[in-house]
Amino acid sequence: MSVSTHFGFLDEYAKKEIRRTALKAVAIPGYQVPYSSREMPMGRGFGTGGLQLTLSLLGKGETLKVIDQGSDDSVNAVNLRSFIEMTCPGVDTTTRTDEADVIQSRHRIPEKDLREDQLLVLQVPYPDPLIIVEASENKRKVLHGEADYSRLLVKLYEDIVKFDEITISHRYPTRINDHYVIDPSPIPRWDVPKLHQSPALVLLGAGREKKIYAVPPYTKAEPLAFEDVPFRVEDFTGKNGKRRSCQRCGCTTSFLDEFSESKYGKKIYQCSDTDWCNEQMTKVSVLSDMENISGNIEAVEVISG
Amino acid sequence: MGYVAIKGGGQAIEGTKEVYDFLRTRQNNNTQPLDSQTIENQLRLLHSRVISEGGVYHPKLASLAIKQSQGDTLEAAFALRAYRSTQPRLVETPVLDTKNMRITRRISSAFKDIPGGQMLGATTDYQLRLMRMELLNESPERFCSVAKTLLEKTNIDDIPDTFPKVLDSLREEGLLPEIDDSLQEQPPFDITREPLIFPVPRSAALATMARAEQGSLLAIAYSNMRGYGDVHPTVAELRVGFIPVLLPHPITGELTEVGEVEMTECEVVAMYEGHEGDEKSTFTLGYGACFGHNEVKAISMAILDKSLQKGMKGEPDNPSEDPEFVLLHVDGIDSMGFCTHYKMPHYVTFQSDMDRLRATQQKQSNMESI
Repeated sequence: MSVSTHFGFLDEYAKKEIRRTALKAVAIPGYQVPYSSREMPMGRGFGTGGLQLTLSLLGKGETLKVIDQGSDDSVNAVNLRSFIEMTCPGVDTTTRTDEADVIQSRHRIPEKDLREDQLLVLQVPYPDPLIIVEASENKRKVLHGEADYSRLLVKLYEDIVKFDEITISHRYPTRINDHYVIDPSPIPRWDVPKLHQSPALVLLGAGREKKIYAVPPYTKAEPLAFEDVPFRVEDFTGKNGKRRSCQRCGCTTSFLDEFSESKYGKKIYQCSDTDWCNEQMTKVSVLSDMENISGNIEAVEVISG
Repeated sequence: MGYVAIKGGGQAIEGTKEVYDFLRTRQNNNTQPLDSQTIENQLRLLHSRVISEGGVYHPKLASLAIKQSQGDTLEAAFALRAYRSTQPRLVETPVLDTKNMRITRRISSAFKDIPGGQMLGATTDYQLRLMRMELLNESPERFCSVAKTLLEKTNIDDIPDTFPKVLDSLREEGLLPEIDDSLQEQPPFDITREPLIFPVPRSAALATMARAEQGSLLAIAYSNMRGYGDVHPTVAELRVGFIPVLLPHPITGELTEVGEVEMTECEVVAMYEGHEGDEKSTFTLGYGACFGHNEVKAISMAILDKSLQKGMKGEPDNPSEDPEFVLLHVDGIDSMGFCTHYKMPHYVTFQSDMDRLRATQQKQSNMESI
């Protein structure tokens, strides 16, 4: 008795269903299309929705990138990638955003602008932005149909009254093509503007909640906000009033991870997107070579080594 | 490297697999590894639970799943389900009548005696839960003699193959609603091929509960039993046994037995409700059934089937009557997956959380300083 070695793990009926669901999702931007969602050999909540999309859409000769928290080497990304490598012979994997045909990601959209020929698959834990104001799926479906997002707007308003700030940090409700409001998956607010008029197709898959939805290429994606309280992304201004930079590559325009260095407990900021960071590093070292500033390179190597 | 917790992720994962398997195999040298027969027989009820929650009747793979998951029911059921995802659905059986069940146990709490008689079979119901110290050092000889002795003193020919159903006699007396034959025409909802979009038909609810996690089902059913609801069931019949599975013969088309599956079935009767028009009032029914021998699950399911029928008719008054609440929260694979996913890195979202809190705190201290 052997475990199935079928290309893409899922049987062909399952893949066909997912492709048709994805097509419907593209045709109705932002609408959560229900699908049956098979159990995958990894935990519900570990990216099974994204994984089912990826497995159904990948073909031989294509190149895949998998990231989690912006990193190719995070344990979950490694796990997903090795499963896809095992079940999809003939598919190449890469860590370079540039080289990927399909990018599966959890919690981030790559810093680098995506192209028309690329496809971004986002893993989704909660597909419905209305869940914070309405627990019943049946009732939420009606609200979506009528584009009735008043309760979400009231929630934003109440935040402003209570905290003088909109407190939604990630999973920021975003209106697609002037109708459906989506939960864009737990990407930071930083990444939300990248959905707007994105040249690449963005597919979002929620395995446990059995929904697939899409932000088609060149489609409006507008975070909910008020005229006098605009949408704001994460602020990385330091105490000195200057924008913080990545400790590793020096970039001042990327989303940063903040953490305490394990030896001395010093606060460190570093690009969350590792491929982006590496690319900036290459640029830095080329520059440094040209200018022959060896000190800089040493500093960089100490950190990266 | 230190802070970049990412490098060597692949190696770390390999390490976890090794140490996980180390814990399975570290017993002393003379130990026999568990074989699938042993698991299926000596851990019979664990096996039942996994096969039922896994939702695919494959006794051998269920044993393997228990072995590789080191006895974790959620993980074992999960492995079975994932295996199921790789298999296409090829045929559907006709509706199988549980009247034809080869019974190993059947009881009714509604009547002292029932047609065919109460057959207690294997149960712990009336056993004292005292530690059986003699099993601590059980010799293989004694172990083998137990089953042999029982078979020797039993005349198998005395046991009828099938038993009439208690509900049939209640129905004959007009105490239950007549069977609605039109329901047989409706194809059952296949939860493995269609998502639940509410409102869902009763067959979708039954299928979801049949492979639900036992503890989750019990907890919600118990809330109804205690008072968050009012089913007050009477177990008309609880039966455990093997149902022959019939499929059309590939050449003749004649229905042919291809095997049998062990199942537990529970039918509860509840008090009558309002009646329509000239129809007389009758008792109402709740139905539960699952793979394997699993009575707590079948009874819980029957109670919830009854409470959900109430909720499907109108507004649910209690969580156990709300189809969305019950059906979306009883699946073990879903709930354990989402629970364990919180262990994954959430650096990015937490960064966003800190950004919001700091911005709010900043504004609050600005207010104070005014």
